[in-house]
Amino acid sequence: MSAVEKMTPAEARLARVTLPEGFGPQRRAALERLTAMGLPGRRDEYWRWTNPTDFIAPEPVAAAPFKDDEPELFGEIDRLKVVFRDGVFDAEASDDLSMSGVEILRLAEAGDVNWASALYGTLEANGQKPVVRPFAALNTASATDGVLIRVTGKAEKPVSLIYTHESETSDPILHHLVKLEEGAEITVLENGPAGARFNKLMEVDVAKGARFHHIRVQGRDHERRAVTGIFARVADEALFKSFTLTSNGVLTRNECVIDIVGDDANAHVAGAALGDGKSGAFHHDDTIFITHDAERCESRQVFKKVLKNGAQGVFQGKILVKPGAQKTDGYQISQSLLLDEDSQFLAKPELEIYADDVQCSHGSTTGAIDETALFYLRSRGVPVEEATALLVLSFVADAIEEIEEERFRDAILTRLEGWLSRHRG
Amino acid sequence: MAGADQVEVREGVDRETVETVQNMGAYKYGWNTEIEMEYAPKGVNEDIVRLISSKNNEPEWMTEWRLKAFARWQDMKMPDWALLNIPDIDFQDQYYYARPKSMVEKPKSLDEVDPKLLATYEKLGIPLKEQMILAGVEGAEDIDLNDRQVAVDAVFDSVSVGTTFKDKLAEAGVIFCSISEAIQEHPELVKKYLGSVVPQADNFYAALNSAVFSDGSFVYVPPGVRCPMELSTYFRINAENTGQFERTLIIADKGSYVSYLEGCTAPQRDVAQLHAAVVEIIIEEDAEVKYSTVQNWFPGDENGKGGIYNFVTKRADCRGDRAKVMWTQVETGSAITWKYPSCILRGDDSQGEFYSIAIANNYQQADTGTKMLHLGKNTRSRIVSKGISAGKAQNTYRGQVSMHPKATDSRNYTQCDSLLIGDKCGAHTVPYIEVKNNSSRVEHEATTSKVDDDQLFYCRARGMDEEEAVALVVNGFCREVLQALPMEFAMEAQSLVAISLEGSVG
Repeated sequence: MSAVEKMTPAEARLARVTLPEGFGPQRRAALERLTAMGLPGRRDEYWRWTNPTDFIAPEPVAAAPFKDDEPELFGEIDRLKVVFRDGVFDAEASDDLSMSGVEILRLAEAGDVNWASALYGTLEANGQKPVVRPFAALNTASATDGVLIRVTGKAEKPVSLIYTHESETSDPILHHLVKLEEGAEITVLENGPAGARFNKLMEVDVAKGARFHHIRVQGRDHERRAVTGIFARVADEALFKSFTLTSNGVLTRNECVIDIVGDDANAHVAGAALGDGKSGAFHHDDTIFITHDAERCESRQVFKKVLKNGAQGVFQGKILVKPGAQKTDGYQISQSLLLDEDSQFLAKPELEIYADDVQCSHGSTTGAIDETALFYLRSRGVPVEEATALLVLSFVADAIEEIEEERFRDAILTRLEGWLSRHRG
Repeated sequence: MAGADQVEVREGVDRETVETVQNMGAYKYGWNTEIEMEYAPKGVNEDIVRLISSKNNEPEWMTEWRLKAFARWQDMKMPDWALLNIPDIDFQDQYYYARPKSMVEKPKSLDEVDPKLLATYEKLGIPLKEQMILAGVEGAEDIDLNDRQVAVDAVFDSVSVGTTFKDKLAEAGVIFCSISEAIQEHPELVKKYLGSVVPQADNFYAALNSAVFSDGSFVYVPPGVRCPMELSTYFRINAENTGQFERTLIIADKGSYVSYLEGCTAPQRDVAQLHAAVVEIIIEEDAEVKYSTVQNWFPGDENGKGGIYNFVTKRADCRGDRAKVMWTQVETGSAITWKYPSCILRGDDSQGEFYSIAIANNYQQADTGTKMLHLGKNTRSRIVSKGISAGKAQNTYRGQVSMHPKATDSRNYTQCDSLLIGDKCGAHTVPYIEVKNNSSRVEHEATTSKVDDDQLFYCRARGMDEEEAVALVVNGFCREVLQALPMEFAMEAQSLVAISLEGSVG
């Protein structure tokens, strides 16, 4: 028997970590962090409801690519496309990576660019306290590609990251950096499944007065697995906004770690997840950690889940208000709609507050569709399936409202309606 | 007894009761002396467990039960998931069978007692002699018995309730006695129910308690009986020799009702550092139990020195259909509180309620909350938690609501509000919500804010000083929970709220 066969899956996984070229010191530091913290197990507090086994396994579980018959997402929108096919940059399908006010590089080709070297792995490392996030450290150590975006002015159009999935066993690891200089503004769009198992990280540094918008639609491939992380630092008067729509996918864990370090800043994170266990298992986990370390800042977390046929939804959200972060306004809502007896919702909405002059609240509700509302609609001649779809749509609307621009809201709504029409009854 | 004539006999208290109480006082005194002569050495091991068991005259099966718990405890670790900064506790450096008070140097007179402590006693209306006893002044035990009976009037009242109760209870067939007495007199009940809600190895502190518990209460209410009066452990808690490890077992048989009050309504200067209590409640079909606690152990001084570490496991099991339990707690004392009174809603249509006020001032740390485990159909639960943090204290609500797949058509409503007084303290909320069926509805709401300036200003404008104003606002904030307390507790709880927050403003 070889030594490899005696290893636990976590040990085998760690042994396989290779450090690609570029950002050597940052990658080695990340590997050190990862080795020290180890990969998570079910006994870890933040993995009690989501089984990390499939993320740890040395090889990904095979996942069949899925043919999407919907019109191209954001197809109508003028954008700069960057395409990754199973995690490999697709130059042909991508646009020229140049735009005024924006510098776009690729991780695999960048070498050591000053601003990127200073940022790469920094926010991820900061975000490892007080809760460790091993898959993020794994990503920093071994990411093979990604885009490095530096925004100096107002970007003329959104950067659209498109991830396609063609190989049944692809296991891409992508790491993006977005650095917004003072007063800059950009929208980053992301969509697609990316591979059989996708580990993706985005570090976002939002300088004073800058505005960052992020809209993400995770691919509809039923068998895909994804573990993603967003690590953001938000400075004075800056804005950070992120929205994610997830439908399908056997296993998704989206972590978002935001540090508000400047006064008068805003950070909003929202998500809508729709799961139907009939078309394949569905387990979706949103783990959000927002830290207020400045005065007069506002944060919002708005998460909605619609679950049916044994789908599972997890929400772990935290607002941490550090000493001195006075006049903080923190809001968090996590709600789920269980459309049948078999689905589950597990939530841990946390507040940890060390300053007194704050307004923080959180709410969490779980339940079935409102029978009274359903009856009302039916009594007015709306068929039951349509009435259900309408009520689901209105339930999810709060999260979609968090998207600032109408054209993106509309694109998301179209996708949502598509899901509802496919998953009636 | 010579003293009997000097005690003013109140209306409704008969002569027999007065005599009983006086006899108890005398007994207690003698017992104290005896214990001082034969305390066990520090530390816990099998011999100590056997010693405690033999002191309580326990049968072999009980000794074995304790030893089994001790064996499990040795393999367990202190839980570290709570948001508490617990200093290292050397479990071998504690007395498990002794009077810790006699081990320390006592103040020689009231002049040496912390004047703040005395001021607190005064506010609670405790007479001077009783203050001396509570403060552990040397020689206080030797105060003339007659004087003392007058002095312990407050305690006296409660004891009389307890003893009067015994006669009335006997008529109804209710058993209310100490747990050691129950082990002797009602082994079949104890055997059947002890450890059936909180098993020996449930958690670190419960295992320790199972091994070394020294005293506690036992209540059995037979089918269909409604307790005519409220039960209270008042006098036991106030007794100077209260064990550090209490074990309470309450059984409400089919269709019965009992309301149980636990706590010390006087702040007790207790030098013992560690308290690990276990309370088990079994509620059969159609029965109802109300359990109210006012916890006001010594919280440590304003510099965070001393105080009680309070590690408590309380759990109620609604075994029968339509069983109902209501926990109400006012937690104002202890340096560290680790306490989660829980409800297992096993029977269909059973109900659990949890009302809590937790106040942490100075360097106090509280991590408290509840668990509502919905297993039966159509079960209901309600959680109302009010946390108040002041000074440099940390206050955490930690709760779990779990809807089992079979617990259809169930309902939970949770509301936790936190109030912060000062910018050096912390208020935290850690709820776990697990919903595994869709006909149930779970709602959780939490808010955190500071004392409203407008409300304070309004009170100040009407001539209140700042402390009074804060106390009034805080009492308003806690209203929902105070209202859930039995009448006589509610009054004391209100003044406790004010006392606990002293020094937190300005």
